Amino acid sequence: MSAQMSEAMAPRHALLVRLTHWLTALAFLGLVVTGIEILISHPRFYWGETGNVNMRPLFTIPIPSSREIVPTGYKYVLPDQNGWGRYLHFQSAWLLVGTGLLYFIFGLVRGHFRRNMLPSLADLSPKKLAASTGAHLRFQRPGPEEAWSYNVLQRLAYLVVIFVFFPLIIWTGLAMSPAFESFAPGAITILGGHQSARTIHFFLTAFLLMFLAVHVMMIALAGFRARMRAMITGRVTASVAPPVPATQERA
Amino acid sequence: MNKLTRRQMIGTGLAAAAGATGLAVAAKLAQRYGLIPPDSGGIYGPGATLTYAAQRIMTRHTLAREFSRSQISAEPFPYPVEPLGEEFGRLQNAAFVDWRVAVDGLVARPGSFSLAELKNYPASTQITMIGCEEGWTYIAEWTGVPLARVLEKVGVMSHARYVVYRSIQPDCWDSIDMSDALHPQTLLCHGMNGRDLPVPFGGPLRMRVPRQLGYKNVKYINRLTLTDTVKNIGKGLGSGALGAEDGYAWYAGI
Repeated sequence: MSAQMSEAMAPRHALLVRLTHWLTALAFLGLVVTGIEILISHPRFYWGETGNVNMRPLFTIPIPSSREIVPTGYKYVLPDQNGWGRYLHFQSAWLLVGTGLLYFIFGLVRGHFRRNMLPSLADLSPKKLAASTGAHLRFQRPGPEEAWSYNVLQRLAYLVVIFVFFPLIIWTGLAMSPAFESFAPGAITILGGHQSARTIHFFLTAFLLMFLAVHVMMIALAGFRARMRAMITGRVTASVAPPVPATQERA
Repeated sequence: MNKLTRRQMIGTGLAAAAGATGLAVAAKLAQRYGLIPPDSGGIYGPGATLTYAAQRIMTRHTLAREFSRSQISAEPFPYPVEPLGEEFGRLQNAAFVDWRVAVDGLVARPGSFSLAELKNYPASTQITMIGCEEGWTYIAEWTGVPLARVLEKVGVMSHARYVVYRSIQPDCWDSIDMSDALHPQTLLCHGMNGRDLPVPFGGPLRMRVPRQLGYKNVKYINRLTLTDTVKNIGKGLGSGALGAEDGYAWYAGI
């Protein structure tokens, strides 16, 4: 493909989608690493409003802790990393929220959600869904048509992550902030309390990490280099032409 | 190169100029309305500043959640403290009758208050949660004199911006802005669950700032200083050994 042609052709992913994708990846990395650090300082989970080492936990994570006060069964205490850990956790959270807002506005205004994310009604038929699920379970390599479009399961997974998991994890995170609790007390009680919010926050992280594992696995299956190139440069291998005129896809 | 390049460049230039102007104006306004925390420098400054500014705007008139008596924790957990030293032992043996809180700095009438004097002021009681930055929580009934009441007694000068509060423990001090200092739920707390505040929980006197995390609720308070800047105290980060100087954020509303 000549340079002229590649310029005239719309990118596989709009510049803003590529930018926000990688900013989100960066923010998520910061949040997960520091989240684990913070978890280590109290690897016990509770339900309701209160929970501390004098109370029975709902469950504990069998890891050593960075605090002497936590009975872990291990004979050593890990170094305290919560100072910078908490600073970076909230700074990454701001990056995630800012990036998310930019992406959300872009997605609505430029029809990204409607066009690229929302599955068609035909694709949601049980037959089509079963076929797509079967293809995924057999680790079938996606066909060339998927170089330019997401398949139905992919669309559903992305929609759930973007519109359910991320808003919920931000909400449950804020629900642990004493100042935010004073601002919107109902947002904590509806979750079952402060400790419930913390426990839900932990499970949402686990779900997002599982999503990330499957996401990276599917990228590898579909062709790691091609998919990474599409998400970094916007270009798709020359052999696959876009299914619609370039002007319509430009966003 | 396509035709849009020049227009895009002008547009981008204008947007950048508008953005820079907007940021400069925002920084000025933030400084004026007290939305910049003392630890705003360094690589985590942007996040800390955004959090402080956003929460200050959101929580100007909000109250910490209060709970019912039945929600009071049967087993509250006091964070262990370093040995409290000889002076504390002496005061404790005398049932804290000689415990005093000095108030100095930007006040019209510097002086000191005995524990008995503070206990004689109309007390305020709240059933609120204390949450540790580690993630654990408990709920207790806290009784004390609103800090605002003490500040009213000494006459705070209008340019004071922070209350610095010190513990009898060495290097253990912290500070809050006037918004938190004058907040009706901020107490010099001397009672817990209907009794005198036990020593492990900070007795005879601790700061209670229920809209911030546990580490801002410094135990064994014996001095308050009103100031317009914390830059000249310790490392200038607004809190001592249990806060910013140990790497923790000065503002702990999150």
